[in-house]
Parts: sequence; structure tokens; C-alpha cells
Amino acid sequence: MATAHQPLTTAPHQPAAAAVDTAALESAFDAAVAADERIEPRDWMPDAYRATLVRQIAQHAHSEIIGMQPEANWITRAPSLRRKAILMAKVQDEAGHGLYLYSAAETLGASRDDLLDKLHSGRQKYSSIFNYPTLTWADVGAIGWLVDGAAITNQVPLCRCSYGPYARAMVRVCKEESFHQRQGYELLLALSNGTEAQHAMAQDAVDRWWWPSLMMFGPPDAESSHSEQSMVWKIKRHSNDELRQRFVDICVPQAESLGLTLPDPDLKWNEERGQHDFGAIDWSEFWSVLKGNGPCNDQRITQRRRAHDEGAWVREAAAAYAAKQSERKEATA
Amino acid sequence: MTATPMPPTAAPSAPAATPTDAPAVHTAALALGDDALVLSHRLGEWAGHAPVLEEEVALANIALDLLGQARVLLSLAGDEDELAYLREERAFRNLQLVEQPNGDFAHTIARQLYFSVYQNLMYGQLAATESALAPLAAKAVKEVAYHQDHAEQWTLRLGDGTAASHERMQHGVDALWRFTGEMFGPVAGLDLDRDALREQWTARVTDVLGKATLTVPEGPQSGAWTAGAGREGLHTEPFGRMLAEMQHLHRSHPGASW
Repeated sequence: MATAHQPLTTAPHQPAAAAVDTAALESAFDAAVAADERIEPRDWMPDAYRATLVRQIAQHAHSEIIGMQPEANWITRAPSLRRKAILMAKVQDEAGHGLYLYSAAETLGASRDDLLDKLHSGRQKYSSIFNYPTLTWADVGAIGWLVDGAAITNQVPLCRCSYGPYARAMVRVCKEESFHQRQGYELLLALSNGTEAQHAMAQDAVDRWWWPSLMMFGPPDAESSHSEQSMVWKIKRHSNDELRQRFVDICVPQAESLGLTLPDPDLKWNEERGQHDFGAIDWSEFWSVLKGNGPCNDQRITQRRRAHDEGAWVREAAAAYAAKQSERKEATA
Repeated sequence: MTATPMPPTAAPSAPAATPTDAPAVHTAALALGDDALVLSHRLGEWAGHAPVLEEEVALANIALDLLGQARVLLSLAGDEDELAYLREERAFRNLQLVEQPNGDFAHTIARQLYFSVYQNLMYGQLAATESALAPLAAKAVKEVAYHQDHAEQWTLRLGDGTAASHERMQHGVDALWRFTGEMFGPVAGLDLDRDALREQWTARVTDVLGKATLTVPEGPQSGAWTAGAGREGLHTEPFGRMLAEMQHLHRSHPGASW
């Protein structure tokens, strides 16, 4: 069995035997995945499977830490101490999710420093949803209800992902996300039932966040570049369009209970399909934001880089102190 | 400017909690509650800006503990949201130390070191009294022990890390020293051994700074302007700006529920 940090290697002196070994390992891997067994860090896995997981887990981790920004934007202005405590706890959870996920990526041989470097240099992405601004307090509610709601719809199936450490991290992440989603719903409910100005604030936030939330499931199945192989590997369990439909069907009755309107005139129940029909998504906006032209792309990555650069001396100090401490220990040993 | 502390006048527009006619325990709850509320707010400003992911979690955790303490204490003195959001600057009773802006990470750690050592000792004493605040103190002292440990560990790392971090940490410790004397002033409703508090605080801080290769500042611990001032409702310039941000949304929707 390969260790977590060992790439798939074939012994250089025995090419024929190694080829046979690889084939055997590959079929054992395929059989394990087909039988819904978990792949663990020390198990052999194809290079492409490892690379796909690192890419996906890193993007997820980056989304957690970039996603702290639009919500942290309201911590200092939260309108009651109870709401302030909830929001702080939520933003803290996101930092915690970032930690679990970077750790999950490390089990595949990646390093957090390297992944952060790729985020800061634009070589790895984070969820485009966080390139939209939080303009009012109601946006905190809309992010919880819609953005976290969409994230849960995406992530619950990941609890059964074939890669063990990622699946286990997702179990914990989903529990906390479910709390986040409920607080968002409850925040919007308070606004919707509040004064006229509060109700208008809630409706405006839902109007702005609805379509970007639907885009969170990624491009339509026909245009999704990574989907097919990920389904075979059981990293992904459902298609983008299936999950999007599931999300719409969940949201419609919740919007009614909230007394808020989803901004889609074409949204209606389709008796025949037993699902809601909904309007066409403006994919040109999705691609444009993904390419860097969203309202906050520059702002988010600039703040992230600044925090990292301004913290460099702190990390250097911690490393220098740790080195001194171990020297001292050796000297006294 | 004069060395005489300002009289404890609440701003005329301040609702409820005017310490002069409130029972002493309310005055104490307000003072300690404001400390926790204001420092929690300052720590909350770090969210998304911390030097390393682990510190995002740690600073938010300390902020949440303090906010939890603030909510219990302010509720003892009145309505927590009215007190937090509808008082004017001059009606707040927190130490000036906790309202000081974050500065760099070393500055934040110096502030946290001074305050956590104080809060740990103060809650420790308070927990052993018959005060109505004793149950809160007994619970909070366990949280604060972690805050103190966190601040001490970072003081060591920064003080005894690199030349650059040493310089920044010394600067933070020096800059905030003048705000530390106020912690040992009298507070109505708090029956504490203030001499012991000062002595133990000084011993602990001196010990930690020494281990961190830092110099204990020599300047006065309170100045003509700062003596007892925060507890009397006299604050520093950055505090008004902090409150403006904190209170703006709540005040924009009078009477609304959130």
C-alpha cells in the first residue's frame, strides 16, 4: 500500500511486473469503489482520482475561508446581541470547516501552504457565490437560507463520497451547515414578519441571491466538464441539474412560509413531472463572474492576500519560537 | 486637563441604567458587562483578517465567550439590547483598555494578555463572594483561563520569536501599559481585594513578559486623563466610532425586533 504522500509509483527496475501490479491495484480500486467501500489515505488510488479530489476539496476549503468575508462584513453591525453571537459562531464554524477540509486535502499529499498559494494566485477557485456583496443585514439571512441551503443540497451526498476522510469531514460540516441554514431562515422570518422596512429588506435580499444560488450547482449537465468521471468514482452522486431541481423544490414551500416571493415569473408546479418548472438561468452571468468579473472578485482575493501577507511575520515568529524551543529541549536532554 | 477623574455623569439621553440610582450590583454588572461586550466587538473585527486559520477560530472563540458573559451581565443590569445599542458613549462603563483599536496582531495580544490576566484574577475573587455576580464569575473564570493561556502563549512566541516580532510585541506592551492602572480602581458593587489583584496581576505579567524576553514598561499605569476614566464614562476617541458602527443598524429601525 502506498503512503499518503507517495505518488503512484511503478518500480523502475521491473517494468513488466510493475505494470501487472498496477493493473491489479487498479482493478482492486475499481472493485472497492463499485462495492461502496471507502478509499483511505494509505490505499492505492489512481493519480487522476487523487488529483480530482485535491482539486475539489481545495476548492471547497477555499470557499469556506473566502465565504467568511461577506458574513464577517456584518458582525460589527449585527442588530441584536443574540444575532451577533449566532453570526460570530457561524463565521467561526466556516474557519473550522476550512481547517477540516485542508486537513482532508493533506491526507492526499497536498500541503495547506501550497493550496493557499494557489488560491492567492488564482490557480484554484472558490465558489463564485462569494463574489456577490452583502449589502444589507437581510443578506446574512439570505446567505444562510439560500446559499447554505444550496451547499447542503450539494454536500449531503458527499457524506457518502468514496474517499473516507472527505466523507467523514462532510458529515460534520453538514451538521453545522444545517444549523446555518436554519438561522438564515429564522432571521428572514423575523424580518418578513417585522416592520415594512424590514420586510422590504428581506425581499430585496432574496431577489438578489436567488439566481446566484441556483448557479451554485454548476453548469447544466451537458456542459459540466468534471461530472462524468466523478460519478464513476463516486466522488459525485447526483448530477448538477438533479441537485438544482431538488433545491428549487425544497425552497418553494419555504418561501411561501416566509411570506417572500422567489423572483421567477416562470416558477410553477408541474403536475406531470411532480416537480417545479423554473425560468432560464443567465449562464453568461455565471461564466462572467467565474472569469473574475463579479462585483467582489478583486475585493475578496485582495483581502485574503492582505491578511496572509500581513500575517507572515506572525507565522515566522511562531516557527522561529518553535525551533528555539526544540533546540533548548535538545540542549537540556 | 486635570488629574481629577470626571464625575460619574451619564449622558442626558441615556435610557435606564443610570448607575447613580441603580443598585450597586447593577453598576458592577454594567462595568464588567461593558468590558466583555466591547472587547468581544473588537475581537470580532478580526474575522477574515487573522494571520492564520487557527487564529480565526481562536479569536472568534474568545469573542464569543466574552459576548456570552456580556449578555448575562447586561441582562442583570437591564435589557441587553437597550443597553448595548441605545446608550451614548458617555454612558458606557468599560475600561479604556478594551476599547483600544486592534492594531497589529501583537497589539491585540498585548491587550488580551493584560485583560485576561485581570479578568481571570477578578472573576476568581468574585466567584468566592456572596455577590449576585458570583455564579457568572465561577462559570466565566474557566473560559478566561483559556483566554489567558492563549495570550501568554502568543506573548512568548512573538516576544521570543524573530527580531521583528519582538519589536512589535514590545511596542504593543508599551503602548497599552498606560491603560492598565484603571483595572485596579474601585467599582461600586464589587467587593474585591484590589491590592491583591494588583499584586498578583503585576507578578503574573512580569513573569510572562520576562519569559518572553520583553521588558516590563516603566511608565505610569494611568495618566492625568486616564485615571479611572472608562469606569466613569470617559472614553478615548476611537470608541465613539466603534459604537457608531455597532449601533447604527439597530438605531435605524426604532422599536423593530430582530
